[in-house]
Amino acid sequence: MSNHNSNEPVTFQEKLEKNIWALILATAIIVSVGGIVEIVPLFYLDTTFEDKAHPEYEELSGVRPYTALELAGRDVYQREGCYLCHSQMIRPFRDEKDRYGHYSLAVESKYDHPFQWGSKRTGPDIARLGGKYSDAWHIQHLRDPRSVVPESVMPRYPWLDDATINGPGIEKRLKAMKVLGVPYTDEEIKSAAASVEGKTEMQALVAYLQVLGTMIKFEPGRDYRD
Amino acid sequence: MQAEQQQYSFEIVKWFAYMAVVYLVVGTGIGVYIASELAWPVLNFDNPYISFGRLRPLHTNAVIFAFGGSTLMATAYYIVQRTSGVRLWSDKLAWFTFWGWNLVIVGAVISLPLGITQAKEYAELEWPLDILIAVVWLAYSFNFIMTLSIRKVSHIYVANWFFLAMMIMVTYLHVVNSLAIPVELFKSYSIFAGVQDAMIQWWWGHNAVGFFLTAGFLGIMYYFVPKQANRPVYSYRLSVVHFWALTFGYVWLGAHHLQYTALPDWTGSLGAAISLAMIIPSWGGAINGMFTLSGAWDKLRTDYILRFLIVSLAFYAMSTFEGPVMSSKTVNALSHYTDWTIGHVHAGALGWVAMVSIGAIYHMVERLWGTTIYSVKLVNLHFWMATIGTAIYITAMWVSGIMQGLMWRAYDDYGNLAYTFVESVAQMHPYYAMRAAGGLIFFLGACVMLYNITVTIRKAIANPSPQMATAASI
Repeated sequence: MSNHNSNEPVTFQEKLEKNIWALILATAIIVSVGGIVEIVPLFYLDTTFEDKAHPEYEELSGVRPYTALELAGRDVYQREGCYLCHSQMIRPFRDEKDRYGHYSLAVESKYDHPFQWGSKRTGPDIARLGGKYSDAWHIQHLRDPRSVVPESVMPRYPWLDDATINGPGIEKRLKAMKVLGVPYTDEEIKSAAASVEGKTEMQALVAYLQVLGTMIKFEPGRDYRD
Repeated sequence: MQAEQQQYSFEIVKWFAYMAVVYLVVGTGIGVYIASELAWPVLNFDNPYISFGRLRPLHTNAVIFAFGGSTLMATAYYIVQRTSGVRLWSDKLAWFTFWGWNLVIVGAVISLPLGITQAKEYAELEWPLDILIAVVWLAYSFNFIMTLSIRKVSHIYVANWFFLAMMIMVTYLHVVNSLAIPVELFKSYSIFAGVQDAMIQWWWGHNAVGFFLTAGFLGIMYYFVPKQANRPVYSYRLSVVHFWALTFGYVWLGAHHLQYTALPDWTGSLGAAISLAMIIPSWGGAINGMFTLSGAWDKLRTDYILRFLIVSLAFYAMSTFEGPVMSSKTVNALSHYTDWTIGHVHAGALGWVAMVSIGAIYHMVERLWGTTIYSVKLVNLHFWMATIGTAIYITAMWVSGIMQGLMWRAYDDYGNLAYTFVESVAQMHPYYAMRAAGGLIFFLGACVMLYNITVTIRKAIANPSPQMATAASI
């Protein structure tokens, strides 16, 4: 602590220590910097999304909003906490390409509110799961994972067969997505309830899993990241 | 002590401190259960409410917000009064934070097993609870700030700076990351999507660690280590550097969770570069805490509470070294998505956050109730259970994490992947069992603490001792 009887000037630090409001202000400014520098540019830099950086790559415009059934399945995916053990983000490494497929692009999750990239692979990455297995395999696997993969530690999900999707609820969810900027057409919203009529949560989840990573038909040899 | 009891609002501190210990038992108990589910999946019992995917958010919310939050509120209310020489600005507002925070926890316990979630890690609670959290958090911060504004000493003590930084940053993080559009009472969608949502989530995710679980607990360290050791903080100058470097730097680190992902490369690299630099303030802080014991190291032989505090700093130093290493791109390519990350988090969470809290709570219990702890032997037993449990846990996760990383990238002589994914899962079994055992030991230690503290408080209430009271207030 400084000596108050000396002629030394009072430092800025000491002023802050004696004035709670100045300390709050200084701290609030200091803790804002990093977040602003890292987050704000992502909203305006064209290089953030591959389809903005490379408008000439037409395959990138294949990314579409989820159908009503797929969206319902995605909600089940979130409810069951699947993202805690499965990532949906393939990195540009040789082994990940061989195991999972083409590395993930930012544009592929542009309609994902919230993102489901995950942070842990207790189970494998499923960013390109779509089309790899049949619907029947998925249903069997979700009912009893160890009947098809004996070493699996995944829980069983028998209750997904018992619940059906709520049609009017899904319509509301599509409308909310539209408010957030997901380009659903009026027809899609109008027909949403009918399209999920009588479908189980199991069917919805499988529909979601089967679309994962399939929207872009990749051109071999193209580099999508600079 | 009598005078102190009247001068300060200690009743609120007592309740938060006791609930912190209860939530430590609950949160680590759920952790042991879900760790066991990974080792023995039959424990999911085909029951949706206890399946891993729904209980895991309950575990993280219980340990971070129920245990961590209650500890932070107890200690902030305690420290701000004692270092400012005044009573809390508002008792009523403090009690509002107690009941409000516990209401949030009850809401979490009900809603998370039901699958009501925003599906963002450590921010799972749905929008009505998010609003309640924001209101309670602002009430807590406001009461703390107003208490500082009426303080009777000229300087604001260093512990309070750290609490203040936590309060400001967590307000930013919680509000921005939780922005969502409600669809139903218990369903909302994040207003952000994809890559932007990912960056905002990990800006939140890493600063929940950096501010909630580090800055706040450094505030605890800066008060309780000098108090328990009966020495002044080693270096005032170091604490100034520590504070500003930490608050400026931590904010940048979230991007290191997203290296090699679809996040632009510049963001991830920036996060990694600042992460490396963060070794300096982190170790500065750890050294400042440990060297406070200079000339009094012998106290570690007899003072079990001090042991918790000093070992917590050792774990803090270790995990703040490990963190920058893991954020470097080469290591991250291996460690990301593996159990190594889980081990790293628990080195910080069990070794640092829980240990420093446990030390602080034992210290406060003696002073708040004007007594001495019921059984010093049990404190010592708890110390060893916590230390050994943590060591087993993180060792198991190091081995399993590095093994996963190596198995996933291994090729055979013919250029094919050497292992299927599920072969790596099968290899994890012994380590998942070992992790559950380490967690169980830590959990049982927490049960010992709950018992010890409960008996201490009961005895103190049944038989208030004036001599003890005088001794404790010195």
